[in-house]
Order: sequence, then C-alpha cells, then structure tokens
Amino acid sequence: MTIPTEHLLILSLILVVIGVAGVLIRRNVIIILMSIELILNAANINFVAFSRQWNNLTGQIFGVFNITVAAAEVAVGLAIVIALFRNRETVNVDEMNLMKW
Amino acid sequence: MSLGLLTFYFFAALAVVGAVMMVTRKNAVHSAVYLVLTFVAIAAIYVQLGADFLFAVQVLVYAGGIMVLFLFVIMLVNLEEPRRYSGGRLHLGLSVALTLILFGMLATVFVKDAPVSSVAVTPMAEGNLQMVGWLLYRNYMLPFEVVSLLLLVAMIGAIVLGRPRA
Repeated sequence: MTIPTEHLLILSLILVVIGVAGVLIRRNVIIILMSIELILNAANINFVAFSRQWNNLTGQIFGVFNITVAAAEVAVGLAIVIALFRNRETVNVDEMNLMKW
Repeated sequence: MSLGLLTFYFFAALAVVGAVMMVTRKNAVHSAVYLVLTFVAIAAIYVQLGADFLFAVQVLVYAGGIMVLFLFVIMLVNLEEPRRYSGGRLHLGLSVALTLILFGMLATVFVKDAPVSSVAVTPMAEGNLQMVGWLLYRNYMLPFEVVSLLLLVAMIGAIVLGRPRA
C-alpha cells in the first residue's frame, strides 16, 4: 500500500488551484474564507506526503501547526465578517469599499 | 493496481469533487457541507499515509470545530444573493486566466523537478501518536508555545471584533 508521492503532489496541486479560483471569483466572503482553508489543507497534504517520503515526522508536526494557524485565522476572519455585517449589512467583497478611494 | 492505491484514488476524487462543488454552489450552507466532504476525504488520505494524529486533528478541528464555526456565521449573516461571482465578465475571465497561469507554473515546476519517486517506507516501531507527542514536546517545545500564544491572541481578537459597539 504505497501511494506514490507524485500522486499526492498532484492532488495537492489540484486543490490549491481550485482554492485560488474560489478566492478570485466568488463574491461571498465566507466562501472566500473556505477557499483559503482549502489552500491550507493542500499545503498540509504536501507536508504529510514529504514526511512519509523521507520517513521523518517533522512534516506532520508542521501539519499540526498549520491546522492551528488555520483555526486562528478562521476565528479572526469570521469575527471580522460579523463586525462588517453589523456595520454594512453585506457579506460581499465588492461592496466592502470603505477604505477604497 | 492494489486496493490501497484504489482507495487513495477514490478519496482523492472525493476531495476534488467536494472542492469543486464548494466553489461553485450558490448556497453557502451547501458549500460548507461539501467542504466537510473534502476535509473528511483528506483525513482518510492521512490515515493511508500513516499520519494517525493528523487524521484525528483533521476530523476534530476541521470537520468538527471550524466547519461548525462557518455554519454558525452563515446562519447569522445569510443573505440570498442573486449573483454568486464578483465583478463582471472581465473580472471572471481574468481570474480564470490567472488561475490557469498558476496551474501551469506549478505543473511546470512539478514536471521539471519532481521525479522524487517513492522510497520504500519502513513503518516506525512506536505508534505515530507517541512519536508525534515526543517530537512536539521535546524538539518543538518553543514553536508549540508560540502557536498556543497565537491561538490566545486570535481568541481575544475574535472576542474584541465580535463584541457589539458600546
């Protein structure tokens, strides 16, 4: 049961590209945050794949740190979404133009 | 083709399908549910790679905690939107073009430099959980503490930002 590392890298590549597409084309800021989560997960797959490739657990440790950072990011991001919704009654990125000149 | 490889392809396809559906669904709740599918599929791949601890963390923190947070916020701020994509046709075309360029760049690097070809994996004598715990509390003590501080800061930040105006 050895999965080639290349196949894991291809999976991670596909997920990153889907995530970037989601960040670029979607209008709802919550879905943009979800896409960022997807990108972080794709990076995590790479960490674990190379951890297995070199038989070294450091990659998995960094995977745990990655998940922690993702949790912190999503907590602050969603708090910003709620604060913004309270002020502007919108969750669309093209209507968030308060600091745009 | 071995059963393990077949299982990997199944879960990889599941992850990709979930991701595509997440980006394209109109309803944000549907997107969140498809993202849960992707996260669970990735967790299954972690099991296949022998990363038991990351599997548990992925299911508990991502599929459990983070997605509940997402669903909660969606319920709080949900608005029915006629348009799901931002900008006009130019924006959409430019975004797709940029994404394809990124894909091409990454794929080029991959094709040029990546024949890493798998080495034979020797399973570790101790369990994965034990080894990860050992490394985390011995070699990576300081990063562990710093990351816990980051979580504290994020928690305080979320409370301050989410608090109603006095």
